[in-house]
Amino acid sequence: MANDNTNVSIMRSGLGRARGLGAAKAGYHHWWAQRVTAVALVPLTIWFIFSLIGLLGASHAAVVTWMASPINLVLMLALIVAMFHHMELGLQVVIEDYVRAEKCRLATLLAMKAVVWLLGLSAAVAALKMGLGG
Amino acid sequence: MRDVREALMVARNSDGKPVRRPVSPHLDVYQWSLSMALSILHRASGIALAAGSLVLVWWLVAAARGAAPYAIVQGFLGSIFGWIVLFGWTVALWFHFCSGIRHLVWDAGKGFEKAEYTQSGWIVVIATGVLSVLTLILAVAVR
Repeated sequence: MANDNTNVSIMRSGLGRARGLGAAKAGYHHWWAQRVTAVALVPLTIWFIFSLIGLLGASHAAVVTWMASPINLVLMLALIVAMFHHMELGLQVVIEDYVRAEKCRLATLLAMKAVVWLLGLSAAVAALKMGLGG
Repeated sequence: MRDVREALMVARNSDGKPVRRPVSPHLDVYQWSLSMALSILHRASGIALAAGSLVLVWWLVAAARGAAPYAIVQGFLGSIFGWIVLFGWTVALWFHFCSGIRHLVWDAGKGFEKAEYTQSGWIVVIATGVLSVLTLILAVAVR
């Protein structure tokens, strides 16, 4: 029996054998984070649409008062975090699919992440400034 | 005529040697189906919503800066063009919302039979239409 195994090749790298560890189980983090933010965005989107309808044509003072409600401020911040993170993950997949050249792909990814983060931070700071009466 | 599947991609194997690999045919060889259209629209609406987030940031930042910048945003959003942009954004949002829930159901391992995903696809289309029109009606009613 033992001799029959000579043709079996082990599908594992030398480094993997030396370390004796399995997969880090972190490979699905991107996929999982996109689902977590998607689930969070289901109720947040419904709240946001209803809030916007209520704020149609509202005066500046009315918007500031609305944002000063702690519930609205917290939900707005939650929406901003979930939305921009979801957007970052989604746009990353799109760029990875369509931009082939490695340097160009890296540059596009970094530029996209910079823009998304700056937009998200701008939205959060604006919401906090109004909500905390700055 | 060459088989479209022979369109070759040059890649490298694990030893670093250049190899030619077959590439799966591109979109234009397939007959259009509902599933295909919805899959493309899911991505397209996601990209559109990313662009639409600029309006949200503009609105929030202007409101935080004061009444004068806020009035400019409201002037734009209250115009006919503004309503068209907002309605387009609403349709994209409801579509991505419904289609996203369909994806979450698939992630749970359900709905992969042909009859099931055709049915859920039409539900997404109808729900998007109904929710978008309801949102528009509500918006006009409270305006």
